[in-house]
Amino acid sequence: MSVEFFLFLLVAAVAVVAALGLLLSRNAIYAAMFLILNMASVAVIYLLLNAPFIAAVQVAVYAGAIMVLFVFVIMLLGAEKLNPADTKLALKWQRPLSIVLGMALFLLLGAVILTRLGGAVAAKMIDTSPLAIGKALFTTYLLPFEVVSVLLLAAVVGAVVLTKKS
Amino acid sequence: MTSIEPVILLSAVLFTIGAVGVLTRRNALMIFMSVELMLNAANLAFVAFAQQWGNLDGQLFVFFVMAVAAAEVAVGLALIVAIFRTKHSTDVDELSQLRG
Amino acid sequence: MQDLMLILPPLIVFLGATALLLVDLKIADDRKETVAWIAMFLLVGALIAAVMLLYFNRTGDVLYGFSNMILTDRYAALLDIVFALIGIGVFLLTLRYNRVHQIMRGEFFVLTLFSIGGMMLMAHAANLVTIFVALEMFSIPLYVLCGVARPRLDSEESSLKYFLLGAFASGFLVYGIALMYGATGTLDIATMLKQVERGQAPLLLVIGAGLMLVGLGFKVAAVPFHMWTPDVYDGAPTTVTAFMTTATKAAGFAALVRVFLLGPGAFVGSLVSAIAILAALTMIFGNLFALAQRSVKRMLAYSSIAHAGYLLAGIASVANIGQSANAVIFYLATYAATSLAAFGVLSEIGSMNRDEDHGLERYTGLAKRNPALAWVMALALFSLMGMPLTAGFTGKYLLFQSAVSSGLNWLALLGVITSVISAFYYLRVIVHMFMKEDATVAANNEQYYVSKPSLVMMTLASVAVVALGLLPTLLLNMFA
Repeated sequence: MSVEFFLFLLVAAVAVVAALGLLLSRNAIYAAMFLILNMASVAVIYLLLNAPFIAAVQVAVYAGAIMVLFVFVIMLLGAEKLNPADTKLALKWQRPLSIVLGMALFLLLGAVILTRLGGAVAAKMIDTSPLAIGKALFTTYLLPFEVVSVLLLAAVVGAVVLTKKS
Repeated sequence: MTSIEPVILLSAVLFTIGAVGVLTRRNALMIFMSVELMLNAANLAFVAFAQQWGNLDGQLFVFFVMAVAAAEVAVGLALIVAIFRTKHSTDVDELSQLRG
Repeated sequence: MQDLMLILPPLIVFLGATALLLVDLKIADDRKETVAWIAMFLLVGALIAAVMLLYFNRTGDVLYGFSNMILTDRYAALLDIVFALIGIGVFLLTLRYNRVHQIMRGEFFVLTLFSIGGMMLMAHAANLVTIFVALEMFSIPLYVLCGVARPRLDSEESSLKYFLLGAFASGFLVYGIALMYGATGTLDIATMLKQVERGQAPLLLVIGAGLMLVGLGFKVAAVPFHMWTPDVYDGAPTTVTAFMTTATKAAGFAALVRVFLLGPGAFVGSLVSAIAILAALTMIFGNLFALAQRSVKRMLAYSSIAHAGYLLAGIASVANIGQSANAVIFYLATYAATSLAAFGVLSEIGSMNRDEDHGLERYTGLAKRNPALAWVMALALFSLMGMPLTAGFTGKYLLFQSAVSSGLNWLALLGVITSVISAFYYLRVIVHMFMKEDATVAANNEQYYVSKPSLVMMTLASVAVVALGLLPTLLLNMFA
């Protein structure tokens, strides 16, 4: 077992535990913290997968900016203590059903992935430097990039519309 | 990493946990965070597949997912704040106004 | 430069909407109608651009642009026209409705334009990145538009429900795209199609496309992913509901056409059967649930689910792909005209009563009080039913014909049976409007006027419904 693979197993275990923590937590702040832990461990896996720039963006944008916004809103609303009924459902069959559906989804995905993948990673090492990614963003992916800028503008306008006191 | 299978498996686990979270939780904030976990799992799969195929497309898609997630979060949290001001609750089950 | 010309309609909408955001600042609150007129003017510009795309590309070539991110063909140009017309129709309705319901705000029009731009982009999508970005581009403004009537609680709740389920759906969509990319190593739909045509479709691709189908199924409100539809359509302001039933449906189906009918999905047998089953479930349950509704607005919400079922039957008909795509887009156009006429009536009723109650009793005796509205509503309901000589009949005929030619006789038969069932609930409204007397509302007549812009819109939509029913060749020739 290579050092890399051992590291992967370790980080993957942390990621899964953090995800389960999010799923089961009764406190919204703890849940947000678990999600940040999950995102940070996924960022480590990005590093192992030759995606250093994505790893940096994951920490800065996702775990940083987006989750800070979450924590901020939870604190602002004082909504961290979840209703005890949050993990109890109004409809009794809903929970077993969703767990069965979840298991089915997982088995399906797992089976497909393991039967299909050859497993071999492409021989050539791709250039994943910020330079290469930036070049691709402003050439091949120029149009979606520009549309995303409009999307962010629309989101800002939308957020103002929804919260502005009239 | 010489093989991406374990990574894809991990991503499937995370996606499933996220989906189950959306289905079992009743609090809007918790549902929203579970959705973020699902997107995170998809991103992981993209990066792993990009490594397998030796092209950048997968990594670039991750950027778009992140940018879109940021936009979604801005609108979604604004909505949750707005509804909290009216109702003083973020539980979806209490959205009973629209039943029937 | 040529790249820009290919997406001229969405480009005009995006740039215009951004400029309108600034112009809006200079317009006083009591004169926001100006913003609506400017928005309509922009859409007319986009409409002209789309007609030009159609005119200059008479051979119907598929032209690619922006490193194969987008394409322009006949379907894209026709959908652009449909989206622009829907936008103009909805804006004509807002002039009275939004004023009465105090949501006459500049941002309303800007956000609707952003959404329309995203929908047009979806029609031009040639790459899964474009599909994803366009989908979010039209969805995120819609989440806001549903909640624009805040602090009215049902509007806010409708918005939150739509948002949470929409975000959940995009989770499935993104994971599906990830698996499709993993199976083929590309995000380009045409390259994927070539790989699938060449040989066996890997299981990973099938599952990926299946997850994408779940995500898009949410957007077009297919059973069993329809749970959000009635509440959201009911709670949102009626002008927004009119926009969602017509435009969102068309945009969702634009994506389904690109990925499934014209894309790799059509070559995978299991996916096609899955879509056929989805179509059957959607037809059956959409119509059955609609039977039980007492509110006309909720009834139309379920009816819109049922119509998604008929459209899905078109997506499942893969024997003659060109014919099916024509049928789907023709049906989207007819459904848009019909639904806009019906929601025009609803928005006028909502303005007259100054509330959002659309119980059947509100429509009792409408023919006496306001014959024009009653006749428009009756025509729209007949067309939704699929009555011959209306657009709805031609649309359904073409869809079921393509289903039969693909060997899906049972699906076409089911479509006919459920259409007959649907007659019950559509006719109930007509009976209430024409054959029942309304005892309660006799006086207070002066508020029962119909505003001019809405009347123009409803007249045009009705003319379109009749014209597409009598002379369907008009539009069909554009495909030939």
